[in-house]
This record gives sequence, C-alpha cells and structure tokens, in this order.
Amino acid sequence: MFNLYTKRRLTNAIGLSISVAAMAFGLFWLCWILWTLLDHGLPAMTPAVFAKMTPPPGSSGGLLNAIYGSIAMTLGGTLIGTPIGIMAGTYLAEFGHRGWLSPITRFINDILLSAPSIVIGLFIYEVYVVRLKHFSGWAGTLALAIIVIPIVIRTTENMLRLVPSSLREAAAALGAPQWKIINFVTLRAARAGIITGVMLAIARISGETAPLLFTALNNQFWNKDMSQPMANLPVVIFQFAMSPYEDWQKLAWAGALLITFSVLTLNILARTLFRQGNSTH
Amino acid sequence: MNATTQHRIVVKDLNFYYGKYRALKDINLDIADKKVTAFIGPSGCGKSTLLRTFNRMYQLYPNQTATGSIMLDGDNILDKSQDLNKLRAKVGMVFQKPTPFPMSIYDNIAFGVKLYHNLSRNDMDERVEWALKKAALWGEVKDKLKQSGMGLSGGQQQRLCIARAIAVKPQVLLLDEPTSALDPISTAHIEKLIDELKEDFTIVIVTHNMQQAARVSDYTAYMYMGDLVEFGETSSVFTNPKRKETEDYITGRFG
Repeated sequence: MFNLYTKRRLTNAIGLSISVAAMAFGLFWLCWILWTLLDHGLPAMTPAVFAKMTPPPGSSGGLLNAIYGSIAMTLGGTLIGTPIGIMAGTYLAEFGHRGWLSPITRFINDILLSAPSIVIGLFIYEVYVVRLKHFSGWAGTLALAIIVIPIVIRTTENMLRLVPSSLREAAAALGAPQWKIINFVTLRAARAGIITGVMLAIARISGETAPLLFTALNNQFWNKDMSQPMANLPVVIFQFAMSPYEDWQKLAWAGALLITFSVLTLNILARTLFRQGNSTH
Repeated sequence: MNATTQHRIVVKDLNFYYGKYRALKDINLDIADKKVTAFIGPSGCGKSTLLRTFNRMYQLYPNQTATGSIMLDGDNILDKSQDLNKLRAKVGMVFQKPTPFPMSIYDNIAFGVKLYHNLSRNDMDERVEWALKKAALWGEVKDKLKQSGMGLSGGQQQRLCIARAIAVKPQVLLLDEPTSALDPISTAHIEKLIDELKEDFTIVIVTHNMQQAARVSDYTAYMYMGDLVEFGETSSVFTNPKRKETEDYITGRFG
C-alpha cells in the first residue's frame, strides 16, 4: 500500500513538473515577444502615427491610411462572413441530423478552417484580382470574409449543440414552429458563445497578411475607395520592417504594437463576455 | 373506474418503437377528465415514452414511431393529418429539469400565448398575471417581470414553466417527473399546485416517487418493461393491488 502511494505521488510530481515546464517555456517566448514589441513599439508611438499617411523613405509620416484600410476591410470581412457563418452553423446544428449535406459541409468547413491563408489570398487573386485587372479593397475584404466564415460556422454549431435539447423540446411542446424555436430560443441561449466566436474571428483576420498581399496590396496615399488598392497594417508592417530605412522600421514596430494590442483587447473582451453570458444563463 | 367518469384521452392498442425496439406494448388506457393520473414504474419501463406520445414529442426525432390510436376530443392524435401546433395548444408539457427560455419572465409566458393569440398589450398583461397566479408564482415575481427567467431558483423556474404551459390554456397538462430536480420544499409547492390545477386541467404525471404518486394522483398506472401492468384508482392500486408485480414494486421489494 505504502509503495503504491509513493509511486502515485512520484508520478504526480513528475507530471506536474513537466506541464509547468511546458507552460513556462511557452510563456517565456510570449513574454519575450511582448517585451520586444513594447520596447521598440512604444517609442515609435507618436501622435503622427494616427494623423499622417505612410511616408516615402526618409520623411516623417504615420499609419493613418493603413489603420483606416485595416479597419474597413476587417469590418467588411466580418459583416459579410458573420451572417453566412451563423446561418450555416445553425443549419449544421439544428437541421443537420439526417442526409448527406451536413457531413459534407462539416468536412469542407474543417478543411477551410485549417487552410493556409495564403492559399485563400491566391484564390481571390486568381478569381477576382486577375479578372478585374487591379488590386482592390473589395478583394481584400472578400479574402478576409472567407477566413471568417469557417470560424463562425464552427463556433455557432458548437455553441448551439451546447444548448440542452430539453429547451428545444420545451419550446416545441408549446407548439412553436422550428424557425421560432431557433430564432427565439436556441440562438438566444447560445448568443454569448456565438458573439465570442465572431470576436475571435475578427481577432484572427486583423493580423492576416498573406491574403491581403495578393488582394488589397498596399497604397501609399489616403484612399477610401474600396475598389482601389488599399493600405493596411499587416502589409505595411511587412514592407516597412524589411526596408533599410529607420523611419519605416519604426513605423512597422508601431503598427505591430497596434495590431497586437487590439487583438489582445478583443480576445480579453471575448473571454469576459463569454464568461458573463455563461454565468447569467 | 366507474361509468360516470369522463375520459379526456383514450389510448387503444398503442405500440411505440425506438427504431426496431418496441418500448410500449399494446397499451390500453383511459385518462379521466380533470383528474390526476400518475404513471409509475422502474426506469426504462416506458412511462415517459407513453407520456411523450400524448403531445407527439417523439416527432422531433427520427426513427421513433407509434401505432394504434390515442383519441383526444374525437381526433386520433397519432394521425398524420393531426396539426401538431393545434395538438400542442391543447396538451401542455412540463419537463424534469426546469427549462426557462433565455428571456424575461414576462416573455417566457407570452412566448407560448403569442403563438396562438394576437392579444393587446393589456390582455397579454392580464394573461401573464393569470398564469403566474395559477402557478402560485405571482407574489414572488410580480416586481421583476422584466428580469431573466434564468435568474429564478430551481423551484421558481419549474413553476414558471408550469405557468408558461397553462398560459396557453390547454386541456391536458403533462408533467414528466416535474419535481425530481427540486428540493423538498419546492416539491411540496408543486404538489399543492397540482392539486389546485386539476380543477381546470386534466393532469398526467410521470414520477419516480411512489409517495408522490400516492399523494397527488387519483388514478395510477404501474408499468413494467413496456407493459401496462396495473391501472386503477390510486387508493386501490396502493392498498389493494391486484397483481403481484405491482405489490412488489410499491412495497419496495423490487425496483
């Protein structure tokens, strides 16, 4: 008996140390990344970043056009992708019990979810940019929307599946038709989780570079026209960070800091929202 | 059952299948009007299955089928032509776990009513108050009708579900182990409520608790393995069971 107990304690201690070590390893890099980012990014954070356009080499400037472009395309991608994602996810969770359509949709969605974003960028480049013969904000928006859709489908389906079937039965027992059950009872019960999924999708696309490189490209000037090439933070960071000019490098750090902290904020917001939603329900 | 009893539901040769598995075997049973009928029996005996045929709840799931007939108001509710929404307006149901909808207390009750009636704001207010009073919940919630139904205690949630079911003014109320998730005080509340509700509604209750069946019901059906073993007035089923199996079960020698 004593031996068995000692052995268990030992196994427990070993297991615990390995997982703590793994966590420390991951945290170490994360902290280092954040530290470097703050170290380089904070000094570069000047009011000009939010007031001026991306400059030519050697002159001072800011990131205003890139910030605007990023917000516009992220917002557009979310607005296009979210309704499609929620509707498809609802179909999978509420209607997809029989037939062949839902297993296939789920399978394709899983592939899309793990598809490298550069492939999605190339796809939009091929079917949209090449045909219209110019890069544009719309092309970037579309590429981002395609990244949003599978994330929202997955979270919507999962969150709807968490809604107890007794709630559906209770609504059905009152004689409610299925569309009312879904709209007023199950979707509402899963609301916090679905919104969390949408916010995570926004966090994901706001840092995507590859799909924008082939679609929105970049633009040195102020541009609100979505049918023109559009500046955006990830591509500006990519271009400026690789350049030999110190002004550009500084702006790249400022941009990186901006993206990281907006993504961080969104993530924290999503998590607290989900927790709140769960505790009141 | 004496000849003067009015029957609300008449079940004839009812068989029920989960896929190929036969869960109910040739059930014949009459549910008396404005009385409480209890279904008792060990887990898996088919009592909940039988209850769920009365509002065709099984229809939500593929591979579940029923044969035979269940007459309610002269209609066979198992008929394919039976309008499910109409049926469920006549037959309300309350489940084992409280199932408040994720909306306000008021909207929880209005939800069902709105499916059938287009009431004015005033009439709806009255209906909500009526249902909550009937369910003995009005006093506790009248000042927080706009708050979420999820914020109530388990016993209050269950009474909210009862209020929601009777707000539609059904003829029959199906209760599927309505107190098994509740504490003794909430249970006593609900049992008292059942006693009051039978003045207006025909009540069918599934329960695991034999004392509860003895306390609240007028008629009791004992089921085992999909068979209706014994059915009669509660007093005689409990004091003078005709079948040995029933006696074994209610005296606790089995089950």
